[in-house]
Amino acid sequence: MHIIQKIGLGIFITALALFTLSLGMGKYQLSEAALAISKEYHKKEIIEKAKANGLLDKRYESNFAFIADLKKTLTDAQQSLEEKAKNGIPEGVYEWDYRMGNTKSYLFGIVKSASVGPIAQNPIRWFMLTFGLGILGGLLYIFPKFVPLPGIKNNGIYHNSLTRGLQVNIRQLFLGLTIVGTIVYGIFYMNHNLLWPAITTAMIGLITWLVFFKQRSKENNPQRSASPDVTGWLGVMTGVYLIGFYILLYWMPEYITSWVVMVNPLSLSLSGNGASQWFLYGTLYTIIVLVMGIRMMSKYRHNVYQVVRTCSVMFFQTAIAFLLPEILVRLNQPYYDFKNIWPLNYSFFFDYNLDTLTNSGGLGLFMLVWGLALMIIGVPLFTYFFGKRWYCSWVCGCGGLAETMGDPFRQLSDKSLRAWKYERYIIHGVLLFAVVMTLMVLYTYFTGNYQVLIFNSDSVRTWYGFLIGSAFAGVVGTGFYPLMGNRTWCRFGCPLAGYIGLVQKYKSRFRITTNGNQCISCGNCSTYCEMGIDVRAYAQKGQDIVRSSCVGCGICSAVCPRGVLRLENSSIDVDTRTDALRALHIKDGEWTLTQ
Amino acid sequence: MHIAIIGNGISGITAARFIRKLSDHKITVISAETDYFFSRTAIMYAYMGHMRKEDLKPYEDWFWKKNRIDLKRGFVAKIDSQNKNLIFKEGANMSYDKLIIACGSTPNKFGWPGQDLDRVQGMYSMQDLDGMEAASADGLKHAVIVGGGLIGIEMAEMFHSRHIPTTFLVREDLYWNAVLPEAESKMVSRHIVESGINLQLKTELKEIIDDGTGKACAAITNKGERIDCQFVGLTAGVHPNIGFIKESAPEIEVGRGILVDEKLETSVKDIYAIGDCAQLRNPKEGRRPIEAVWYTGKMMGETVAYTVCGKVKEYSPSIWFNSAKFVDIEYQVYGTVLAKAPENHASIYWEHPEGRKSIRIVYDKNTKEVLGFNLMGIRYRHEVCEKWLKEKTSVETVLQNLGIANFDPEFYKEYETEVIKIYNQQTGKNLQLKQKRSLTAALKFLRKAVGSRQ
Ligand SMILES: Cc1cc2nc3c(=O)[nH]c(=O)nc-3n(C[C@H](O)[C@H](O)[C@H](O)COP(=O)(O)OP(=O)(O)OC[C@H]3O[C@@H](n4cnc5c(N)ncnc54)[C@H](O)[C@@H]3O)c2cc1C
Ligand code: SF4
Ligand code: SF4
Repeated sequence: MHIIQKIGLGIFITALALFTLSLGMGKYQLSEAALAISKEYHKKEIIEKAKANGLLDKRYESNFAFIADLKKTLTDAQQSLEEKAKNGIPEGVYEWDYRMGNTKSYLFGIVKSASVGPIAQNPIRWFMLTFGLGILGGLLYIFPKFVPLPGIKNNGIYHNSLTRGLQVNIRQLFLGLTIVGTIVYGIFYMNHNLLWPAITTAMIGLITWLVFFKQRSKENNPQRSASPDVTGWLGVMTGVYLIGFYILLYWMPEYITSWVVMVNPLSLSLSGNGASQWFLYGTLYTIIVLVMGIRMMSKYRHNVYQVVRTCSVMFFQTAIAFLLPEILVRLNQPYYDFKNIWPLNYSFFFDYNLDTLTNSGGLGLFMLVWGLALMIIGVPLFTYFFGKRWYCSWVCGCGGLAETMGDPFRQLSDKSLRAWKYERYIIHGVLLFAVVMTLMVLYTYFTGNYQVLIFNSDSVRTWYGFLIGSAFAGVVGTGFYPLMGNRTWCRFGCPLAGYIGLVQKYKSRFRITTNGNQCISCGNCSTYCEMGIDVRAYAQKGQDIVRSSCVGCGICSAVCPRGVLRLENSSIDVDTRTDALRALHIKDGEWTLTQ
Repeated sequence: MHIAIIGNGISGITAARFIRKLSDHKITVISAETDYFFSRTAIMYAYMGHMRKEDLKPYEDWFWKKNRIDLKRGFVAKIDSQNKNLIFKEGANMSYDKLIIACGSTPNKFGWPGQDLDRVQGMYSMQDLDGMEAASADGLKHAVIVGGGLIGIEMAEMFHSRHIPTTFLVREDLYWNAVLPEAESKMVSRHIVESGINLQLKTELKEIIDDGTGKACAAITNKGERIDCQFVGLTAGVHPNIGFIKESAPEIEVGRGILVDEKLETSVKDIYAIGDCAQLRNPKEGRRPIEAVWYTGKMMGETVAYTVCGKVKEYSPSIWFNSAKFVDIEYQVYGTVLAKAPENHASIYWEHPEGRKSIRIVYDKNTKEVLGFNLMGIRYRHEVCEKWLKEKTSVETVLQNLGIANFDPEFYKEYETEVIKIYNQQTGKNLQLKQKRSLTAALKFLRKAVGSRQ
């Protein structure tokens, strides 16, 4: 390793350590002045109970103690309001508004406003110490990679503890724990409503049964699905860290206010509002896409397709997903990510979003029409012309992260036939779920009726957000990068990818052409296909690759040592793309390539 | 009928797969090397950490059972062709009705003193890969590689990837110049050096020194230089692996390889030979009797499958093609491109100023028909080149349409106009490129050949 790289790595690890430790550095003191709650009757109640519990103005050295006391205070306040509501409520206030249904919604904001420690005093310094140093260290590590001759440099990937993957039984353990953990936590999340966790469990059982028994792949033990006898512990630790991060981000943001406080100044300067945990996430996401995008370019700099594509995802993440919505907010317009499409953007048809868009004048209406047009016209049209890649590996934010931060992990996708079977059931299942959920939500929007058959559209929507939006897309989607590859969400879960994939499979000019008989079955293409497509299986028999899951990242073509694969488009054989077998085969006694 | 196949390499496996497609015969594939078929061409990637060993297997393990292809691990010591019986070194017997020998090659050794020491080996088999791993784990500080062919450079790249200093001894005055034309040979030689590999041209191995424990500790060159090393790679070519046949079945006629006719049948009825180990009695014009490459193994496997299933086919390979990669430079060849061009061959050669890409088109001076394409760092379409070559297309037609052959990824710069410029300079003509890179144009061109396919 280059000395500059060593320094860079050192700086990065320091920054990461500071970033992690900063969570424990917050000091908390709840003062009346800092408490920003718009509903006076709630605020009054909370302050009263805080006083009664000795919380107000008391300095806490640890967030655990503070949050525990605060939770108690909030529960007390809630109970007391319940009591009071029985004796009548103030003029002009709805009863459900007066009651404090969900104490969670206040928790994060109060903890954040009560932060008084060193980070709150000097957020910019801490931002520089963590984010800033992290970026510096990362770049120092990356820049020397531009020095050696360009070319595919996958040396040592399977010797590296971070990137070599894990044994199949440890992977199963992670998956099992994640599924059980999600369902159990989901029961609490849904306030002990067992209906949806039960349906989900049944679906998991059904899919497993279909794959294992109906499709007889139980005996097809997949040898290539994970590492046989080694586990990269650095990778496993990274996975655990990421999973932990997502759990905190989605369900316990009150514990990460130190981080949110650090990006507060940035948020103020962009949108004029204080930072939420989502702003923190967006900042982190964008920085990672940018820094790791530079790494991506250092690695594939001889490959123009990769360079252009990486610039594209960096641009869309930074300008369209991160900056533009903040600027829109500053201009008093709705927060809107112009490249996010239903059903990935599953809240597009939620009442609050439709209300915001329809009540925000011309621009809001434009956003509504734009979103609908992208979904109904844009997706099929662009996919017809360019394939799924126009979105998944050029524009999408999830794809952007997968193609930059995820690149070191792309080889960990499961190539077995069994995984493909799972994939088809799960992704189309999620797509179906998204459609059904959205139809229910729209039914309620137009009729005002929450009950759809035996289901409550509000709980469907909450469950979808929890199960698919948070657990699958976030915890598994990114947390599993070092465990199951960088496209676990895109491959198994993303309903938009499911939709685009169907178009790509049945009506598109796109395919990956194989170059005659040149394939030597080496397997580089399959190994580095992040979507777990066994590219070699097609290439060695000379069949062009048309798969609904292919995101057109072009890496198979880049790593092929024999120049066998080319991503390309043509309209003259849209319906017969898979017919040609380009390998030499005997025909009428003669060897011929063209059939 | 029971068809036994000796060798689970690409030729044996292709034969087995096609026999299964064509028939219901019982098939047994025998190998002493591994339980399952793997891609021999990719063993370098396992050492370099690009892939794991199990990624070398093109089919999942359940594939064989599902397709009723029996796999047997064992070494065939004797073929008893009289009784149609195989005798294994481990003792067992196996009878067959038809036998396909696909036993591959084995690395050349030229009687160097010390060639049988520990840590001296070729790179052919899975065991060789294990040997390289063992040497590397055993504190390998310097490696010497002998023989400038395709496997030698792979081995050099392998050690280089693990930062193990490597000296690469090449007898010729440029790398692989018996096959590559001089300009390309120079380019690769340059590239080997710029990649950080110590390339010693015009240097041969004389002797390997024993460290006293039976392991190699140094190599002595013909220039008298002593290179301290803990590993010597012997990569001076391969030859058919037919030792056990010569010994046990003299009725099977052999030359350098097992002699076969157009139907790939040996001198003994119901015994066939394919792949690296087969030597054609009457090779087609312009082709060699032994072609030890992946693609020919595949074609022979398919041909013999038809024949043993009663649909007799002759082996008649199409236009020659091949490909390789020299560290970071990809190489493709279609048709005839000779290192020493005969009098009637003319070539158009363009090289990128950076010296890592080039295009060469060879044509006949007299008839103007195109004869071959040699590409470095640039990808061309197999089908298009093949069709031009088969149809003996005029070089000028080829040049004007050259874009349809281009197979580089999207956004890559196209250099076809540069090639035409050079032709124009050489001949004083004024040709223009009519067709840029385009799949649609390529498909139209290819379809014209076979009429409308649908
Ligand atoms: C490192 C390397 C890289 C290469 N790269 C390329 C390339 O890029 N392109 C290309 O075209 N070609 C390449 N080749 C050549 C190509 O791999 C061979 O031409 C091809 O593998 C030959 O296949 P085969 O089936 O004829 O024999 P093999 O693959 O050699 O298979 C023969 C099998 O038979 C077994 N066997 C032999 N005798 C017995 C016996 N008596 N009993 C039981 N089993 C027996 C052997 O153990 C072996 O497993 C490369 C070769 C090597 C070694
Ligand atoms: S098949 Fe190739 S282009 Fe498609 S997703 Fe896999 S690696 Fe990317
Ligand atoms: S297509 Fe290329 S990378 Fe894939 S197996 Fe064939 S030669 Fe290897």
